[in-house]
Amino acid sequence: MILTFNTLVAVSLGYVAMLFAVAFAADRRARAGRGGWLRSPLIYTLSLSIYCTAWTFYGAVGYAARSGLEYLTIYLGPSLVMVGWWWVVRKLVRIGRAQRITSIADLVSSRFGKSVPIGALVTLIAVAGVTPYIALQLQSISLTFAAFTEGLEGGRADVDFVALWTAIGLAVFTILFGTRNLDPSERHHGIVMAVAVEAVVKLFALLAVGVFVVWGLGGGVGGILDRIDRAPIPMWQGNGGRWVGLTFLSAAAFLTLPRMFHVLVVENDDDRHLAVASWAFPLYVLLMSLFVVPIAVVGLDRLPEGSNPDLFVLALPISEGHGGLALLAFLGGFSSATSMVIVATIALATMVSNHIVAPLWLSTRRPDQVSRDLRGTILLARRASVGGVLSLGYVYFQITGSGVALSSIGLIAFAGVAQILPALLGGVFWRGGTAKGAGAGLAIGATVWAWTLFLPSFGLAVIPATVLENGPYGLDWLRPRALFGLAGLDPLLHAVIWSLLLNATAFTLVSLLTFPKPLERLQGAQFVNVFERAQPGRAWSRSGAEVEDLLVLAQRVLGTEAALDLFGAEAGRQGKSGHLPDPTPAFLQRLERELAGSVGAAAAHALVGQLVQGPGVSVEDLMAVAGETAQILEYSARLEQKSAEQERTARALREANDKLTQLARQKDAFLSRISHELRTPMTAIRSFSSLLAEDGLSPLEAQRFARIVEAEAQRMTRLLDDLLDLSVLRDGQVSLKRQHGLLADVIDRALLSAGVARAGLRVLRDPGQEAVAISTDLDRLAQVFINLASNAAKYCDADRPELRISVHRRGGQVIVDFADNGSGIPVPEREVIFESFARLSGRRSGRPEPSGAGLGLAICREVMARLGGSIAYLPGQGGAAFRVAFPQGLAAAAE
Amino acid sequence: MARRVLLIEDEPNIIEALSFILTRDGWTVHTHADGLTAAARVKAGSPEVVVLDAMLPGRSGFDILRDLRADPATAQVPVLMLTARGQEKDRELALRLGATEFMTKPFANAEVVAEVRRLAGG
Repeated sequence: MILTFNTLVAVSLGYVAMLFAVAFAADRRARAGRGGWLRSPLIYTLSLSIYCTAWTFYGAVGYAARSGLEYLTIYLGPSLVMVGWWWVVRKLVRIGRAQRITSIADLVSSRFGKSVPIGALVTLIAVAGVTPYIALQLQSISLTFAAFTEGLEGGRADVDFVALWTAIGLAVFTILFGTRNLDPSERHHGIVMAVAVEAVVKLFALLAVGVFVVWGLGGGVGGILDRIDRAPIPMWQGNGGRWVGLTFLSAAAFLTLPRMFHVLVVENDDDRHLAVASWAFPLYVLLMSLFVVPIAVVGLDRLPEGSNPDLFVLALPISEGHGGLALLAFLGGFSSATSMVIVATIALATMVSNHIVAPLWLSTRRPDQVSRDLRGTILLARRASVGGVLSLGYVYFQITGSGVALSSIGLIAFAGVAQILPALLGGVFWRGGTAKGAGAGLAIGATVWAWTLFLPSFGLAVIPATVLENGPYGLDWLRPRALFGLAGLDPLLHAVIWSLLLNATAFTLVSLLTFPKPLERLQGAQFVNVFERAQPGRAWSRSGAEVEDLLVLAQRVLGTEAALDLFGAEAGRQGKSGHLPDPTPAFLQRLERELAGSVGAAAAHALVGQLVQGPGVSVEDLMAVAGETAQILEYSARLEQKSAEQERTARALREANDKLTQLARQKDAFLSRISHELRTPMTAIRSFSSLLAEDGLSPLEAQRFARIVEAEAQRMTRLLDDLLDLSVLRDGQVSLKRQHGLLADVIDRALLSAGVARAGLRVLRDPGQEAVAISTDLDRLAQVFINLASNAAKYCDADRPELRISVHRRGGQVIVDFADNGSGIPVPEREVIFESFARLSGRRSGRPEPSGAGLGLAICREVMARLGGSIAYLPGQGGAAFRVAFPQGLAAAAE
Repeated sequence: MARRVLLIEDEPNIIEALSFILTRDGWTVHTHADGLTAAARVKAGSPEVVVLDAMLPGRSGFDILRDLRADPATAQVPVLMLTARGQEKDRELALRLGATEFMTKPFANAEVVAEVRRLAGG
């Protein structure tokens, strides 16, 4: 195979064209919704292989040739993360999903209250750290071009020229596939697919070279082991500290490198993919590192003294005349470099446009000038950022030239992005972390890193030898290689220890000393507790609208059925089947209206705005939401008040109902009693009258029976009279006749009517007391006295029954006591004697006189109430005693 | 020997009426007016038939009936229950409690006599 510069260019272009095709096809499939297999764990794992850049592809061999097995640390860190720390990655992935995270800067700034300065700081650190790394890739491509074309016709390729065009070509590819549109999830199926293909290419290429070297050149496994034993490289060179440090550094970088974060978290479709990746990725890395040492030792053996060990992978096939294998190796390196550059550029461009350009652009506009649609602006910013990042990489490449070893550039980048680690881990595991703490840690860590590692890497032009030796302005303790007097340490380890130590210390101390703002606390809780509570309400901070997300939102607000109906109808209108219409502006407006019906206009606008337009809720939106919330609260307070009123009404109704039920029961009992009271005399009347109708009664018997019939008939009449009387009294329909008279006269009349003399009751009176002139309804008063006297006559159970009537006056009241000398009324029955039909038990039987119906005292109570007085049982008098009290002169108003 | 009927009733005129017609029919009539001691009186007197008023001072006729049926000595004695309240639920209650017969006041003299005879197994 004849290799010329032009062939190489043609192969490169062809390879890039293939990548274009892959990415394009994958994008198309994903867009058409047929990209299920694009989201498999295998593709995810392969996409993680962008960790293995040109540095890994070429540089690992160089590293091994110089420092033995130390290169393994670069693989060890990520493998440890995937195997042992995959739960950290899972948490990051879960947070990324819940918060619609687009980059590591976004995650850190979101965690710390969506802080703009933190986002910008992380972005700056990332750009500073990754730019050399991008330069490294450009360098590797141009170096391989140079190596390839050396000694070929057409001459050695112009390294600068190749690097420039590589940068331009990568920029075009990235802009085409990475910033074609604004995707809310920042997922790029085309690019991920292309990266996966490149992962296969570079693995295959390296394995092919390795197999060739071991079995083609090295004499099989045994021969290689011999060579390794004889090799001039110290396999276990270096101290344990450096091993631990490098392993830790590569583990940290695996989490914090923007491109790694992008494929690990942002492009992750399903956190279950991590389960596969946790073993598959270490396996991939193992395969990638399998032939590193053999290639290094064979290269050292067979290639001329002074050959660049970073190029052994390429140089060995070339020197052995295997052009095809060399081309494959070249493509492997090329794909390693391009995939890294593309993803890193996308990640950085997203960060730069979202966290530096957009805030700056917004801050220069008045709020009313900010159009609803930021999409165009952000897209433009992102494309410009892609160009900017690649330009920076190219400029760095120009400045540092090709003099620096690949591996050292990579480690500088690792140490730089590792500064994000304290804020990242502290943010997702410690609720106490604050924005000020994170800012302090990041700033101090980045400064120390720049001073001790990054700036010195530019050479003596940036950090003069005197500063390196004696510190700036002679400040000894600020020497970049011996900060605070810590001399004699490996420069990398020195930088990593100091920068991360000071970073983490500043983060912790400042966090403890400062108080988080409400949004920080809210976000902190959501990040740290992402597994405990999936808080749907705050799941948007992104730009662009994905219709699934809108549907999820709508389902949450409107309910599943209503949301599906709404979306289904719109899809039908757009001529699509299913429930996922295009999120056209008209539909978004409709959706917002529908949501407003449920959550209020401001909240609906903020919700849809969040999904459609992205970054952050504006203060105005928040105020509007707060206002609406207040209204809703007020409304619900009113509702509560109303329901309390209803409660009261219901209670009143219930009480009224209870009272009615009770009244109905009383009425039933009353009727039952009346029935009984009427039937009892009726029974005697019927029985005796039918006896009277028979023949054969003696005249005496007949006479007696007739008298009984008469008495019972009278009893019935009295009962009916009493009933009517009571009814009238209770209705208040009674008219009182006010008369003047003497109390003694009223008592005389009553005793006569009650027939006390006939009953054998002796009445004891004091005429002096009774000489009281009264002015009231004398007939009604007499009625009360009659009742009391006849009760005494009927129920006094003394052998010589007596009734004592005593009168006294108190104020305007006349008090008349009726007390007999019987056994009185038992205490429990004193309560009920004034009720209707309250006939007492244990009355004397055998008397021919029929007893009353039990209405007497009830009537007395009603009468006394009408007369403005009272009647009560008077205890402690020996027998039954009643006290009647009434005003001496009935008030005219009561008439 | 004349057969005995115990009349548990507190209305004097009704006692007199029932006593007259039952005595004329050949019964020895004993009367008792107090609810509290009525059941004991039945047990002590062991009459052929008990005529029991529902409303008595001290203890209602229904309670007395329950006491009678609960005591093996009086569980089988025929009881004619009389009530002046004339409600259907009273009849149900009386029969459920074990009254042999139930009559409302006012009653026809001949019916009472016939029932007492019938209850006595005549």
